[in-house]
Amino acid sequence: MNKEPILKIEDLCVDFKTRTGSVRVLHHINLSVKAGESIGIVGESGCGKSMTALATMQLIPTPPGLISEGSVLLKGDDLLKLNEIQMRDVRGNEISMIFQEPMTSLNPVFKIGMQISENIIRHQGKTKKEAQELSVAMMRAVKIPGAARLIKRYPHELSGGMRQRVMIAMALSCQPSVLIADEPTTALDVTVQAQIFDLLRDVQQDMGTAIILITHDMGVIAENTQRVVVMYAGHKFEEGPVDEIIHHPKHPYTRGLIRCTPHLKKNMEHEREELSEIPGIVPDLSRLDGLCPFRPRCSEKRRQCDEQMPQEIQTGDGHFVCCWAAGEDQ
Amino acid sequence: MADDVKMNEIAAPSRRFLEAWYMFASNKAALLGLGLGILIAGVTIFGPMIYPTDPFEMVGAPMSPPGEELLLGTDFLGRDILAGIVYGARTTVLVGFAATFFTLVIGILIGVLAGFYGGWVENLLMRVTEFFQVLPALLLAMVLVALFSPSLYTIIFAIGVVSWTPVARLTRAEFLKIKEREFVMAERAIGATNWSIMWKVMLPNAAPPLIVAATLGVGVAILFEAALSFLGLGDPNAFSWGYMIGASRDFIWDTWWAVTFPGLAIFVTVLSISLIGDGLNDALNPKLRLVK
Amino acid sequence: MKFFYSLIKKVSYSLLLLLAVIVLNFLLLHIAPGDPVETLVAEMGGATPELIAQLRSDYGLDKSFPHQLLNYILRMAKGDLGMSFTYDQPVVKLIMGRLAATMILVLTALMLAVFLGTILGIMAAQKPKSFFSGFVTLISLAGYSAPVFWTGIMLLILFSYLVPIFPSFGMYEVGSSGNMLSYFLDVLHHLVLPALTLASIYLAVYSRIARASMMDVLGSDYIRTARSKGLSERVVVYKHALKNAVLPVITMAGLQFSQLIAGAVVVETVFSWPGMGQMAFEAILRRDHTLLLGILFFSTLIVIVVNLLTDMSYRLLDPRIK
Repeated sequence: MNKEPILKIEDLCVDFKTRTGSVRVLHHINLSVKAGESIGIVGESGCGKSMTALATMQLIPTPPGLISEGSVLLKGDDLLKLNEIQMRDVRGNEISMIFQEPMTSLNPVFKIGMQISENIIRHQGKTKKEAQELSVAMMRAVKIPGAARLIKRYPHELSGGMRQRVMIAMALSCQPSVLIADEPTTALDVTVQAQIFDLLRDVQQDMGTAIILITHDMGVIAENTQRVVVMYAGHKFEEGPVDEIIHHPKHPYTRGLIRCTPHLKKNMEHEREELSEIPGIVPDLSRLDGLCPFRPRCSEKRRQCDEQMPQEIQTGDGHFVCCWAAGEDQ
Repeated sequence: MADDVKMNEIAAPSRRFLEAWYMFASNKAALLGLGLGILIAGVTIFGPMIYPTDPFEMVGAPMSPPGEELLLGTDFLGRDILAGIVYGARTTVLVGFAATFFTLVIGILIGVLAGFYGGWVENLLMRVTEFFQVLPALLLAMVLVALFSPSLYTIIFAIGVVSWTPVARLTRAEFLKIKEREFVMAERAIGATNWSIMWKVMLPNAAPPLIVAATLGVGVAILFEAALSFLGLGDPNAFSWGYMIGASRDFIWDTWWAVTFPGLAIFVTVLSISLIGDGLNDALNPKLRLVK
Repeated sequence: MKFFYSLIKKVSYSLLLLLAVIVLNFLLLHIAPGDPVETLVAEMGGATPELIAQLRSDYGLDKSFPHQLLNYILRMAKGDLGMSFTYDQPVVKLIMGRLAATMILVLTALMLAVFLGTILGIMAAQKPKSFFSGFVTLISLAGYSAPVFWTGIMLLILFSYLVPIFPSFGMYEVGSSGNMLSYFLDVLHHLVLPALTLASIYLAVYSRIARASMMDVLGSDYIRTARSKGLSERVVVYKHALKNAVLPVITMAGLQFSQLIAGAVVVETVFSWPGMGQMAFEAILRRDHTLLLGILFFSTLIVIVVNLLTDMSYRLLDPRIK
């Protein structure tokens, strides 16, 4: 497992221009993923997890958005140095993405077959007929029953779970190195959720794809990834192997997240409280002051928290955390 | 988002009004419209006192170009164009507002009944609405005015009859939305009568989009009046801009000013109303505000 | 099968609408002061009471109200819209003679407005804060606010008088003879100004709708998906977004077709275009109510047919509706 990372995000900063000035929505994000590995990005809505994904794909609407610092290295090449035309060859080909809402993520007026084969034609220069055949094969690979028949259907004729399978077939149709799955099952039934994750695991084993799974659900992270990155208000708070994070979370926010997840709570040491929630709400990004953004909600706030933003420190093998409280425990 | 809407509901009417005004006042196009509107209102009210020339009277040589004898010239009968524009404003504004009022009365009545009662009442009324939508509005207005002989009353009546359908549909749609809201349920729970829920509770809450529709409706009514007068179906006793253009239609090569200036007057008037309407729409519709 | 069923339903509803139009026509004839016989008698310069009674029974005016209504409906159903006393010809024959001219004008204007309006709207939506987008909004406001007959007259003054490149009236040169092509080009030459005039208002409406709906579509999830596939901006906008964005434009075009027909009345009058609208204007001048109502009926009939067609084409474009 000590391979070089296939995708490496370094020091990524994203700013959005608003009427009242520039707002930083991502603060120096670092993360990496190796071939065949699954990493999770977790946090409440608005924490910057989807923004990280869109920035990686360079799909942030510019303006008002702007990637102001950092680099996104795919197999060592900085994607941020590519122009839009070059970047289009990466999207859907080297890095693919599936989205939260299978209901609205497929174009309602085009047939499913066309929407999958479009990707294949675009990146592999196949003919329409070849692409159709590959699409059917791809749909079979993601276990869509009656694939040959379904390519002539429109998205509204399929269930949510089937549509998400179509999205996955589309995303994987060019054997990408990296697949970003942004809350892929949030809109689906619980039973369907499990099927989709099983499917993702299977194709990952077959193709060796690296998966970045974005979710707000610690439980999903625990079951489906090897490493996890915890984000809050555009900051990375903690990163580490999943088992380590779940059993020994260092950041108060991570602890809060785990405490909110019913079947994970028991894993935590010395934890006898009732299932709880984190008090307060995610802060307004335009009102951040350069100190720890979790400060107002934090139950373990210290004097330093009001003075300086903590630096990221390493607390174990591949375990990083960004908190004064965690530093004191050392 | 949901919280915002609730806040708006709770906020005192005066604050809501103030907010809307600030929104409106920050819109340059809307302010331009308002300025033009005030100018036109001024001409309508004070114009004939300041410029008392009779528009029906021959006051100069026929077909004299602008600036020669009179500021805007004369038509083929030697009538003063400027006087026509000054007097015509009254007809235009009168018909515009009266017809819009009539349109609103029919449209709101039908929309309220359909939206409130639902069921077969709604079905029937909406079918009637669809029927009126199929009829070519201007043609029907022409038929009505022609059959009942042209006068300001028949013109106002005809415009009302042909243009109420959008108001009815809008009112119904708003009522369907409002019907499910908590405060309507609350009124029902305390035993308010249908009548008072319809008119005193729901209608005021449906007001913002209706105000916008009414504003834009004045512009539409003015265009209808102009077209009818242009086609010779205007009130023969009331001087109107459309009539001036229709009368000089055969002389456009010789007296371009006799058709250009009255048309410009209609254009500026309707434009001012459209700008005000758009501004009101942005100011009164918080959802749209978010989109922009 | 479902498609067939809904077609039957639509057609029967359309027939019901048509019946309602006939009843409306009948009511208008009855409520309006003066009946056909009085008008006729006035035309003849007076008549004896016996002759008047004779005429009344000829016209069926001595029958009861429901009886007359039934007769009227039956006559209309047979395609008999009555006689125009000013032209001394059946109304149907008169209208048929003018139908082609009106349809050429209206359909050209419709295509022009939908096509140009959509293009302008899309271009404006791609850069919503640009100068061009503001320009489209301005054009749209202006087109909407100018009375259509005035727009027509202004175009006449500009392009037929000051810069005489287009003819000022009619549909073809009187007395011109030649092959089909030269006839076609002649009509096209005459068509430019009236079609532009009629299109101007609706161009404004459609570009506005296209702009709003395109902006809506461009923000949707499936456009993000299309971009994430690495498709070029051209494919994203003109393939993925356009087919969705054009749907509201088509709905509006169908809904507003009745207004387009009505607008043709004014435009035909301005440009002396020999269509139904111009005949309606003449019917008003001559107080020929039978002809006027015949034109109202026929125009409505066209609108109903076009609405049916729009509905069907919408079903073809949007697979969600069955």
